[in-house]
Amino acid sequence: MHNFDFVKPSSVADAVRAMSAEGAQALSGGQTLLPTMKQRLAAPAVLVSLTGIADTRGVCLDNGALSVGGATTHAVVASEARRYYPALADLAGGIGDPAVRSRGTIGGSLANNDPSACYPAAVLASGATILTDRRRIAADDFFQGMFSTALHDGEIITGVLFPIPEKAAYVKFNQPASRFALTGVFVAKYGSGVRVAVTGASTDGVFRWTEAERALSASFTPAAIAGLSLPSDGMIADLHGSAAYRANLAKVLTGRGVASAH
Amino acid sequence: MTNVTMTVNGKAVTGDVEGRTLLSSFLREGLGLTGTHVGCDTSQCGACVVHVDGRPVKSCTVFALDVAGASVKTIEGMANADGSLGVIQQAFQDHHGLQCGFCTPGMVMSAAALLADNPKPTEAEVRHYLEGNICRCTGYHNIVKAVLAASGQDVAAVAAE
Amino acid sequence: MPKDGGIGASTVRREDIRFLTGKGRYTADINLRGQAYACFLRSEVAHGRINKIDTAEARAMPGVLAVMTGADFAAMGGNPAGWHIPSRNGDAMKEPKRPVLAHGKVRHVGDAYAVVVAETLEQARDAAGAVVADITELPAVVDMAQAVANPDLRVHDEIANNVCFDWGWIEDNRAAVDAAFKAAPHVTTLELVNNRLVPNAMEPRASIGDYDPGTGDYKLYTTSQNPHLSRLLIAAFVMGIPENKLTVIAPDVGGGFGSKIYHYGEEAAVLAASKALNRPVKWVADRSESFLSDAHGRDHVTRIELATDLEGNFLALRTETLANVGAYLSNFSTATPTFLHGTLMAGPYRTPLVYVNVKAVFTNTAPVDAYRGAGRPEATFSIERVVDKMCRELKLDPVAVRRKNLIQPDQYPYTTPVGLVYDTGNYPATLDKLIEIADFSGFEARRAESAKRGKLRGLGLSTWIEACGIAPSNLVGVLGARVGLYDAATVRVNATGNISVMTGAHSHGQGHETVFAQIVSDKLGIPASSIDIVHGDTSKIPFGMGSYGSRSLAVGGTAMVKAVDKIIAKGKKIAAHMLEAAEGDIVFEDGKFSVTGTDKAKTFGEIAFSAYVPHNYPLETLEPGLEETAFYDPANFTYPAGAYACEVEVDAETGRVEIASFACADDFGNVMNPMIVNGQVHGGVAQGIGQALLEAAAYDDNGQLLTGSYMDYAMPRADDLPMFTVDHSCNTPCTHNPLGVKGCGEAGAIGSPPAVVNAVIDALHRGGHTHVTHIDMPLTPSRVWSAIQN
Repeated sequence: MHNFDFVKPSSVADAVRAMSAEGAQALSGGQTLLPTMKQRLAAPAVLVSLTGIADTRGVCLDNGALSVGGATTHAVVASEARRYYPALADLAGGIGDPAVRSRGTIGGSLANNDPSACYPAAVLASGATILTDRRRIAADDFFQGMFSTALHDGEIITGVLFPIPEKAAYVKFNQPASRFALTGVFVAKYGSGVRVAVTGASTDGVFRWTEAERALSASFTPAAIAGLSLPSDGMIADLHGSAAYRANLAKVLTGRGVASAH
Repeated sequence: MTNVTMTVNGKAVTGDVEGRTLLSSFLREGLGLTGTHVGCDTSQCGACVVHVDGRPVKSCTVFALDVAGASVKTIEGMANADGSLGVIQQAFQDHHGLQCGFCTPGMVMSAAALLADNPKPTEAEVRHYLEGNICRCTGYHNIVKAVLAASGQDVAAVAAE
Repeated sequence: MPKDGGIGASTVRREDIRFLTGKGRYTADINLRGQAYACFLRSEVAHGRINKIDTAEARAMPGVLAVMTGADFAAMGGNPAGWHIPSRNGDAMKEPKRPVLAHGKVRHVGDAYAVVVAETLEQARDAAGAVVADITELPAVVDMAQAVANPDLRVHDEIANNVCFDWGWIEDNRAAVDAAFKAAPHVTTLELVNNRLVPNAMEPRASIGDYDPGTGDYKLYTTSQNPHLSRLLIAAFVMGIPENKLTVIAPDVGGGFGSKIYHYGEEAAVLAASKALNRPVKWVADRSESFLSDAHGRDHVTRIELATDLEGNFLALRTETLANVGAYLSNFSTATPTFLHGTLMAGPYRTPLVYVNVKAVFTNTAPVDAYRGAGRPEATFSIERVVDKMCRELKLDPVAVRRKNLIQPDQYPYTTPVGLVYDTGNYPATLDKLIEIADFSGFEARRAESAKRGKLRGLGLSTWIEACGIAPSNLVGVLGARVGLYDAATVRVNATGNISVMTGAHSHGQGHETVFAQIVSDKLGIPASSIDIVHGDTSKIPFGMGSYGSRSLAVGGTAMVKAVDKIIAKGKKIAAHMLEAAEGDIVFEDGKFSVTGTDKAKTFGEIAFSAYVPHNYPLETLEPGLEETAFYDPANFTYPAGAYACEVEVDAETGRVEIASFACADDFGNVMNPMIVNGQVHGGVAQGIGQALLEAAAYDDNGQLLTGSYMDYAMPRADDLPMFTVDHSCNTPCTHNPLGVKGCGEAGAIGSPPAVVNAVIDALHRGGHTHVTHIDMPLTPSRVWSAIQN
């Protein structure tokens, strides 16, 4: 990979300053970024490691919502979020593998917005709020298509606030090689209604299946969506599955999510 | 070049590295600890797994500078003080949990991390935990058996080595 | 039996200690003083004309020592094909030159055309980015049918229709086979793909060239299953240097599975670069390079027809296969689809008439060669799938049909219609054993239990045979081999009684250091701990043909046993002298040479010491020293065989297949170390399940590898597989080697893919999806779901 200057600030303010350098790139675990850099597909001049900022690590309750620091690893979410939001903990515990979960962070995952990543489904289905060094962004506004988000250059995710649902589940169907989500569905039932977010399936990245949300808000049962179908237009088609296959998976997994929500 | 200091297998070590120097490179080339292997470039195979502050990490997917000051444990630090095989290592030998040996260091380090978290895992838990460690030789049968044995569970009922 | 094991004991492996403590010494772990680092530039297009490679900027980069291109190697020879396979019309096969580095044209993505050598690896990589290659992209041909049909698409300009050979086996039988099909009451036809695989040994290839300007000696450290063959090919064919000036060392090697049998251009390149720079040059592939440049495996497209009567008795079998050889011929790529495939098309059955046609086809893809099983998995898959399809068409029981067509135990030696003579076996016995260990009788209850959970359960079967322990030079010579296939060993007894065994077999995971020592220990009655097994260094070992084709024990192990026999014979001479007895009166037993009928005896250690301190030897008749070498060339292939069963659960909503259980009943002949044999079967079965459900090397129409990393090439992981049930109690010892061994390394990969696919088809049929007669491997969730939908 190309060489770069490595900095590891210990405060958000220092990180924001470091990110203003020409060619700066945030590193928040790096479990996706490093392989990309090895292929020389990314060549930052300065790499700003965000995992040294103590304020952005950890999980706690904040006014009834679950607050997860931007630099919190998947492993920490998997263990520490369990008593507050078990479906979120399940999701975090299913990302990558144990070694990846030791390093990968929620902030890194969201900023990258890989169309097959797990976290975007939880954030979108929970109607979570992304906190940055400068503002709050609603999940519905944050994800803007494959590898694209509302973040500005140099903007750092400091945390995510998850409203805690009555019931939820994440059902992931592994892409057999990478173990990313070939398709994954997060179903969350709130007093205000049900939200369903699908990752891995669409060429636009994570999306809400609003038709299913309406049906499930009326009746939170697998039967409620039996008559629905997702169009395969705009679904990802690749070696691992056709567009129609992904559309089918999204529906099947939604049903299974409803059945297993806890 | 930047100087980096960390603790590796209980000893303080220091060396000059570039920003791009991976922890795996620092261990292998900088410290001569070639037991940590590199089998892929996409953070999938797990041959390079070491412990950083007690957690398993893929050392090919971490910059050395990002773990400055940390405590790192590698396969070279897994034997008993007298040089004899540690419990997990011994179980791998007893149950033929390795063939070519290339994935083995990462496999042992992941197994150690699992047993630290979950001292009596089920077969399914072992298989799930090892999903980030690829072995091409053993079909995993004897690796899983070795890990179960290392946890003190009776593996006599498991099919033959 | 000696203290620490011996033949038949599940002795734990001595080599494990170094691997478990991080003290293994793989090629990438070796660092020579003053070494420089090589980085290869590889084609990004599948087919292109090299107009110019501008290296000026790269040469000026920091730390750069040399940049070499194909032009620098143009005068060297090519990497040859090891077997000549003539076409059925008598034409010689087409053998385009395979240069060290591509020159003139690049022919597949990953084809190396230049190498940068620098002080550090990162400097070499940085400079590689500054090499400017002006390459005009040409139309690529990837699909074999298109390659054969379109005269305008040529991988090599001089080879029309991209056909390497068009081979018929056995041509003289063709008319009779065709006639049998015309007359047959039933013909089952199946078109299938044997999916292309990437071997993926976990250790990527690596090589270090080290030229000594003082002596003119070259040394190559490399990831090889076959160091002597590499030495021969590099010295005699590629570089044109004396073989005695080249040492090839294959130290600890992290798996091979076929991909490290061959000589690759990178090996010659680092040797040449080392000579040019007067310093060692090291290259270690990253995984992406391995995907692009290691020899791939399988990749057949086959149409198979089985003629039967209405009771399922096999009358004739006929196949047409297109076999992909990629852009260049790798060393065994012409043997794999022919003599390791066509000769196996009788399987374990009494099919009286068989005809096989194979066209080997060049494409703009990486070379394809032997991968675990090599031809035999392809043969077994075709046969076992068409047999299953026939059973379904005729509504016959797949167990009963197989049983009645198997060669019977009283029919050996059995001559097949495809040119082999099976020496021994008992196929009905392994089938019976399988039915027992896989608990066929409990299947219906398990199926009902799966159904309660919404899953479709299926049971699949395969009975298989392979020809391995390759093999007799006189036979392979007739078949077109340009090498002999024997092996060699030297047993050196030191003055203090301990032993070094130099073997031509090479262990890259098989445990030779343990098992070979067990055998020598058993034969000589001395502790295995006093015996060292030395392998992988051409300067220490007389000769060898390496390890592949399940040959290490049957061929290399036999050479070792023969050398041990010579040691015993020499020991008897020495004992006769020391004990003042006739040589014919000396018996060797339990580590002692004694005069028969007396208590006069000398221990093995006393004999060894005397051999090196020969104070009163009659030197005219008794030579000092105790070291013997044997070369062993077997009389026949060995024929392991077995029966495999797989149970799967299919989730019809998602198409996901889960392996519920897998059982193997094998006949490997005598077993030296059951623990290791079981481990070999486990690993082979995992690779077979990988082929059946997960793995595929896929190129797009432009020849770009779509599965160039573990992100897209699905390797079997721990949670994809169950515990396996394995049995090798039904054994019929090989009749023509002294150990009675047959080989076990490839079995699992040969017998398992059809068992898995048969199980999935069975599950779908039992679930009412009777329109599904075949799904091509890998049976990914998407493919299974799509098959159900259609």
